[in-house]
Amino acid sequence: MSRTAAVAARASTSEDSGALHYPFFVLEFSKNFFELFGLPVAYGVDAGLLSERYRALQRALHPDRFAAAGAREKRLSMQASTRINEAFHTLKDPLSRARYLLSLHTGVAGVESETTKDAAFLMEQMELREALAQAKGRPDPYAAVGGVLDQLAVQERGLLERLEVHLDSPSAEDLEEVRELVRKLQFVYKCRAEAEQIEADLDDAL
Amino acid sequence: MALIQIAEPGRSAAPHQHRLAAGIDLGTTNSLVATVRSGKAETLPDGQGRHLLPSVVRFAAAGVVVGEEARSAATEDPLNSIASSKRLIGRGLEDVKRLGSRLPYEFVRTDTAVPRIRTCRGDVSPVEVSAEILKVLAKRAESALDGELTGVVITVPAYFDDAQRQATKDAARLAGLKVFRLLSEPTAAAVAYGLDKDVDGIHAVYDLGGGTFDISILRLRRGVFEVLATGGDSALGGDDLDRTVAHWIMAQAGIEDDADHVVLRRLMHDACAAKEALTTANSVPLRIGTSSGATWEGELSRGTFDELVDPLISRTIAACRRSLRDAGLRAEEVKDVVMVGGSTRVPRVREQVAGFFGTEPLVDIDPDRVVAIGAALQADLLAGNKSADEMLLLDVIPLSLGLETMGGLVEKIIPRNTTIPVARAQEFTTFKDGQTAMALHVLQGERELVQDSRSLARFELRGIPPMVAGAARILVAFEVDADGLLSVTAVEQSSGIKAQVEVKPSYGLTDGEIENMLRDSMAHAGEDMEARRLREQQVEARRAIEALRAALASDGEQLLDADERRRVDSALELLEQTAAGEDPGAIKTATEDLEATCGFYVERRMNKSVQDAMAGHRVEEFE
Repeated sequence: MSRTAAVAARASTSEDSGALHYPFFVLEFSKNFFELFGLPVAYGVDAGLLSERYRALQRALHPDRFAAAGAREKRLSMQASTRINEAFHTLKDPLSRARYLLSLHTGVAGVESETTKDAAFLMEQMELREALAQAKGRPDPYAAVGGVLDQLAVQERGLLERLEVHLDSPSAEDLEEVRELVRKLQFVYKCRAEAEQIEADLDDAL
Repeated sequence: MALIQIAEPGRSAAPHQHRLAAGIDLGTTNSLVATVRSGKAETLPDGQGRHLLPSVVRFAAAGVVVGEEARSAATEDPLNSIASSKRLIGRGLEDVKRLGSRLPYEFVRTDTAVPRIRTCRGDVSPVEVSAEILKVLAKRAESALDGELTGVVITVPAYFDDAQRQATKDAARLAGLKVFRLLSEPTAAAVAYGLDKDVDGIHAVYDLGGGTFDISILRLRRGVFEVLATGGDSALGGDDLDRTVAHWIMAQAGIEDDADHVVLRRLMHDACAAKEALTTANSVPLRIGTSSGATWEGELSRGTFDELVDPLISRTIAACRRSLRDAGLRAEEVKDVVMVGGSTRVPRVREQVAGFFGTEPLVDIDPDRVVAIGAALQADLLAGNKSADEMLLLDVIPLSLGLETMGGLVEKIIPRNTTIPVARAQEFTTFKDGQTAMALHVLQGERELVQDSRSLARFELRGIPPMVAGAARILVAFEVDADGLLSVTAVEQSSGIKAQVEVKPSYGLTDGEIENMLRDSMAHAGEDMEARRLREQQVEARRAIEALRAALASDGEQLLDADERRRVDSALELLEQTAAGEDPGAIKTATEDLEATCGFYVERRMNKSVQDAMAGHRVEEFE
């Protein structure tokens, strides 16, 4: 075991030389997901570039590249590939990206479990849910669900536009607003998932 | 059939560096093995030129027989001739009954949920049956390649759950094989097609085998195969088409459900033959022997057959619709549909699939062999025989993974169609004051109720410090590796108390059971456990040495200073000396020491490959 300790000590000194940085870059948790993909920390993300870099990183680090390697490389590759998947998954979707930026800016997570108190918005959501609940009994249930999905898409677009404005070099007030927008978007996403589930049920009944 | 040219002239790896690897399609009805030789992937025949190995194992008094001989004996000796073990693997007795498979075996109830089948060579589990098939295929590959396999890729239905995947891997372990990867069958088929055609776009793979159905939607882009969604039914296949026809015949001929095994077995055989004949004929004559010894004569027309099987095909089309929805795509966006599995020869199946996707399905690679060929290509890549830049597969988990919460509900932790490997964690808390233990029940499936989901494992977190209800913070982490296998850990955050399970117990064998089976089978074969352990350690040591040498040759100069290089070299030398000896324990330690010593170098190499990947990529963008 002393051998391992010596290696670790050695590793930390040569890190100081700065020529090559390690511990392993992808698993350096001080690096955020944007840095991982070499992208600026911003809400606006070039989706094509993100996907390309995601694929490039997975090509380099995916466990398939280390299938015939030793246990240590396998473990590192698995961890790295897992983190790249998580990072990609987080940045790809506008809501999870906004949530992630919010946690980067404020250092606080947990917005998932919060709900908005905006009464007018909640009323709108309730109406949409009612429309969904009744959709299956309508003469054209697909049209009924489709109508709800259209309204949700309009709401989503509006919320996302405002997110973009407030997440551009945000002040403390901006971040408060972002938090509220995220809470609302979570509602919209949940309602959309329900609508899609109803569509899937309708499909299955075909 | 030339599928792909891998090595350019003069660039092929020297023979002694080539690591032998094989792809195995472990099917419900038939199994195959394929390998890449001189740049070409091909399935391997047995001594008599037969490529398909019937997945039937006969446990006869004289010995274990696998394949055609076992299948032909099945009619006289149904109880000892085990077919369709794939339908049983990773499942409990209750599942098997629920599947409605009228399997003519004598199941033995054991203390575990794993069913055992009584044979004249003792009780066997489906894992052991599959292991016998794997052994025969591995031997076939080793004699064709004239050397020991370094590893294999085994294909599994995309829709296999965790218990079924784990059981398949256990079977390989029992057969003494190193598994590079479990690969989804439709993904394997896509590899066989995609590399050949090299077309970017969305592809669907419709895979109707003997006992399983899978649908996968993939995006191919510059050599990266990304599975967008997968779905299916791990208990629907050609056997079910046969059974439907058999039931129809029984009704027509007045054969009762409780007719003896021999009659039922023959009936299934005749039903299958009728189905196959209807691929080309419009009608087949039937002559069926009934239990009373009389003969019933009749006819089955294509039209009647189509009507009989339509409900089953509709189930597959519903799954296609669901997967497209999951992928967020419409049928028109699918560029082509690859047909896999013997059951896709049924004209009605092709017709319905063409109708749904609005495109003629691709059938130009033999649907029986395409999966094995894809697996062989992947095995060759994973063994390190070709540049890894060629392709990359990004697969998903087919079914959501979750935990039981209050009221018998399932809380999903990882949703289906999430790209693997993946790790997700969720916090739970205690619901009683002073609660010191927590039971966790791991489940798989899409349903909301525990009773409708598949139980994977149960485990307990003990020693939680007593706190008021809701104060404990228990972080449960799910990790799914590249084989699609789950492991779960739970930690109470404030105390650091940790519980860990490998998900296995509900329907799997324990490590101890496998160890015992391994010992038994080696004793049978007259093999020496110690000798085997030594050989395994030597192989592992040789692998580590070769890998390190190759690494040093490619970038040792660039990444290591003189002092570091000396240290690496001396560890390398130490292992070489130890590996020449005969102490497996010492070789193991020296191998681990080498890995530990070179840990920093491994990380530097990984960093460098990341930098190269990102840099190479940036150049590409400006082109």
